[in-house]
Amino acid sequence: MDLYSLALTDVAKKIKNKEVKIKDVLDDIYSRIDNVEPKVDAYITLTQKLAYERAQELQQKLDNGEDIGILGGVPIAIKDNICTNGVKTTCASRMLENFTPIYDATVIKKLEEAGAIVIGKTNMDEFAMGSSTETSYMKKTKNPWDLTRVPGGSSGGSAAAVSSDMAFAALGSDTGGSIRQPASYCSVVGLKPTYGLISRFGLIAFASSLDQIGPFTKTVEDAALMLNVIAGHDEKDTTSADIEKQDYTKALLNDVSGKTIGIPTDFITDGINKDVRAAYDEAIATLKNAGAAIKEIKLEYAKYSLATYYIIATAEASSNLGRYDGIRYGYRAKDFNDLEDLYRKSRTEGFGAEVKRRIMLGTYVLSSGYYDAYYKRAQQVRTLIVENFKKAFEECDVIMIPTAPNTSFKFGAHNASPLEMYLEDIYTVPVNMAGLPAVSVPGGFDSNGMPIGIQFIAKAFDEKNMLQVAYTFEQNTTYHKERPSIQEGK
Amino acid sequence: MKDYEVIIGLEVHAELSTNTKIYCNCSTSFGADPNTHCCPICTGMPGTLPVLNEKVVEYAVKAGLATNCEISRFSKQDRKNYFYPDLPKAYQISQYDLPLCLGGHLDINVNGNKKTIGITRIHIEEDAGKLIHDAYTGDTLVDMNRCAVPLIEIVSEPDIRNADEAVAYMQTLKSILEYLEVCDCKMQEGSLRCDVNLSVRPVGQKEFGTRTETKNLNSFRAIHNLIEFETKRQIEVLENGGVIHQETIRWDDAKGIGYAMRSKEDAQDYRYFPEPDLAPIVLSDEYINDMKNSLPEMPHLKKERYIKEFGLPEYDAEILTASKYTANFFEKTNAICNNPKAVSNWIMGDFAKMLNEKELEINESKVTEENLACLISLIDKGTISSKIAKQIFEEMFETGENAKDIVEKKGLVQISDEGAIKEIVQRVVEANPQSVADYKAGKDRAIGFMVGQIMKETKGKANPQIVNKLLLEIINK
Amino acid sequence: MSVSKEDVKHIANLSKLNLTDEELDKYTTDLSNIVDFANELSNINVDGVKPTAHILDIKNVFRKDEVDASYDREEILKNAPSKDAGCISVPKVVE
Repeated sequence: MDLYSLALTDVAKKIKNKEVKIKDVLDDIYSRIDNVEPKVDAYITLTQKLAYERAQELQQKLDNGEDIGILGGVPIAIKDNICTNGVKTTCASRMLENFTPIYDATVIKKLEEAGAIVIGKTNMDEFAMGSSTETSYMKKTKNPWDLTRVPGGSSGGSAAAVSSDMAFAALGSDTGGSIRQPASYCSVVGLKPTYGLISRFGLIAFASSLDQIGPFTKTVEDAALMLNVIAGHDEKDTTSADIEKQDYTKALLNDVSGKTIGIPTDFITDGINKDVRAAYDEAIATLKNAGAAIKEIKLEYAKYSLATYYIIATAEASSNLGRYDGIRYGYRAKDFNDLEDLYRKSRTEGFGAEVKRRIMLGTYVLSSGYYDAYYKRAQQVRTLIVENFKKAFEECDVIMIPTAPNTSFKFGAHNASPLEMYLEDIYTVPVNMAGLPAVSVPGGFDSNGMPIGIQFIAKAFDEKNMLQVAYTFEQNTTYHKERPSIQEGK
Repeated sequence: MKDYEVIIGLEVHAELSTNTKIYCNCSTSFGADPNTHCCPICTGMPGTLPVLNEKVVEYAVKAGLATNCEISRFSKQDRKNYFYPDLPKAYQISQYDLPLCLGGHLDINVNGNKKTIGITRIHIEEDAGKLIHDAYTGDTLVDMNRCAVPLIEIVSEPDIRNADEAVAYMQTLKSILEYLEVCDCKMQEGSLRCDVNLSVRPVGQKEFGTRTETKNLNSFRAIHNLIEFETKRQIEVLENGGVIHQETIRWDDAKGIGYAMRSKEDAQDYRYFPEPDLAPIVLSDEYINDMKNSLPEMPHLKKERYIKEFGLPEYDAEILTASKYTANFFEKTNAICNNPKAVSNWIMGDFAKMLNEKELEINESKVTEENLACLISLIDKGTISSKIAKQIFEEMFETGENAKDIVEKKGLVQISDEGAIKEIVQRVVEANPQSVADYKAGKDRAIGFMVGQIMKETKGKANPQIVNKLLLEIINK
Repeated sequence: MSVSKEDVKHIANLSKLNLTDEELDKYTTDLSNIVDFANELSNINVDGVKPTAHILDIKNVFRKDEVDASYDREEILKNAPSKDAGCISVPKVVE
């Protein structure tokens, strides 16, 4: 068996037990990348040199009998909007094509303390704005299950890398579904933690009140392990929750007896693909058979999440992206007449169309005379959505819905109408609005053989309950064991 | 010409004297090499986040309490969005609709007349960087050391009516901030500066006229001159049938002229919204009470105490307490030599004159409290004359040398030995028979001449009282 | 169109973006469609509902006023497209 196809937990064990050298694991993963990357295009930057240096250092420690951490020697990929000291961090934008951070994000420090090795930075929608990774300035990442289709987005590179065994795990970021939706499209596990569980320090902001970092893994067990490493209070992030550390692997029990699973029947309506609907019904049956109680619940405000999201997220983004002005870092236009011209040309040439669209929408909803009608009202509706979920969780432990209404689509399918593409986020966005944890787990395939994801949502900071249900679902299905053959068309 | 009323409101920016910046741990100290007090956070690098410095809240609350403001139990920070090269994030974190302090007032004293000026609000915000014009290349250089240095903005009500009131308000505010030790108030370094909003209206008119704004005035003189200038300009415009545009005035302090800068078509729209990266500030009654109890004695209370405790005239007490540094100097000096009126006279007299000439604050002078106290004691003990003392003080001011040392070094000890003085008096009387005759003829001035001669011979060291006594004795013998 | 061309021109100016005529047309349509979609929120009764300020119930998150070493200037200016005399250089700022 090739090393690269192992789960993270298994390869970590092999390294710790000295069954394999860290260098061998790296050799294996980079040779896998050599073979597969030309087809998939998941990475923007590969960091072999740093990775091999670090491998040597870790191996030496291990050979000296020192503890190298729970991720000791495991190669991991990082979405290219998470700052890595001395390694380019581009946000897949022309604006930051040559930007090299001078500090590490808190999650990078945590990963390194746990012994992980960063092997590269993954492709994404520009500034995480998109649902297909097509807005990347750098390249088009393909879905490993069908190279003519999108991997989802915005963390498409991370999802594709894990799905095609080019990394044992990857970090992504989720503002409106950017971890869960590509996880669903690529048939891997994608976890968006509770807002505040993971430090955002070093995550290049898209929408500050919604952004959250989370892992892509091959199994639920690996996701729990990754969460153990990256979760925790950070005094550099005001919005990071100051709560006790937990061991999420303790939730890995194949048991849902006594658990109530909420099914929001008023939210899962006609817009859903019939194969996804069938997979969802099957998932309900699976959990019922495993001993869970199934309960219909109401989420009457969830349908307003998308409109709310596009107001709040773009408003925050329009402000967060003001700093890209061609002065301190990033792209500066070549020819300009004066300062104003420098600003305008640098931003006009440095940003892609989708980013500009969202900056302008955000500017519009914040501008004088529109603030109350849009931004303020959206934050009020957000309160209603939060309360909606609170009430729902009085009746159930975990809510289950499909991750996306459809499966992966062909490149360019949504070029004409941005709004249509936005609608792909309908099932993921409510979770961000309410700041809740959610995980997408492989839950089947459509008639084209494209993956379907099932999403489990829990109360804030109740990742354990969520993981237990997700783990039970995974252990009672086989979808997570199937791997893509990496070729065109199915 | 109609009579006009001038309506002035001031927005004062005070840099808080915290050790670190408002949202990161970089030093706030002034005068470092460009871009050496910077980190990824204060230079707005992608991915960074702000964490509020607790001292900023403390200092702002103290300023609010000392200016009779209501302290908000719930307050938040907001983003003010605009592009400028000195603003790395393209937004300034400030406070919009829920500032820390609201609705205070200050009592000012203008030429003996008291007046109350309302304070609308005080909020916290971050400072911007510094732009330096590069004369060689013609470009502008950006120094980010000052980026995110904490500021409070103190907004007055439009209660000020002329330049004198504006200056008195600024002086009072400066004094309070110094007493609180929340701002070093070095106006020439820009740590205390003010924006002037000014409009005029014919007396009797209810509505305000259109106002202009002049930013970043950093001396009392500039504030005074700008107000005089702008008042005159606006009245002239109106008198000539013109209209005032809402625009920014750029003040050229050297030339004493303001230039109106045409307002742009595309009006600023700052798109304020709540800062999602920062938590609300929620203050308890207990916290606010603790702050109240920690406030130092404020100038108006100190003044009353000086009158009662030291028996000083109100005028002296007012001047001594106007600045924390002066008051401290006074109290420390007097604690040593215990002669309040003499200390007061020195501080308000020669000392003040010399400080003014050199544009120094009292705490920046070479003269220490111990040194001035020593000088006063030497006079009180009769070791030196007050005339000599002035001479000594000048030297103390120049060199910082101890009064006693100067006296000894220069042999300036007063001659109070009657025998020695008598001999000189005798000689002077004999050498000036005409003066003696004049005196006897009723010309008192002749005495003055002879005293002068005696002092000349003793190089001013003779005790003048003894000289007078002996001179009269000898002439009248 | 719920968003006019003039609106789009104005917000492009505020955002410091240049638009070609084609882009202006396209963005006017796109933004109008999205704003129309967002207008569904105007049907919801939000009387007396507090806007969400923070999803977590956080307050008073402060830092101690203690100085840490700043970064080397070379690091701070490393990514700057144009620099001079230890500073970032920009075209002349007209006051």
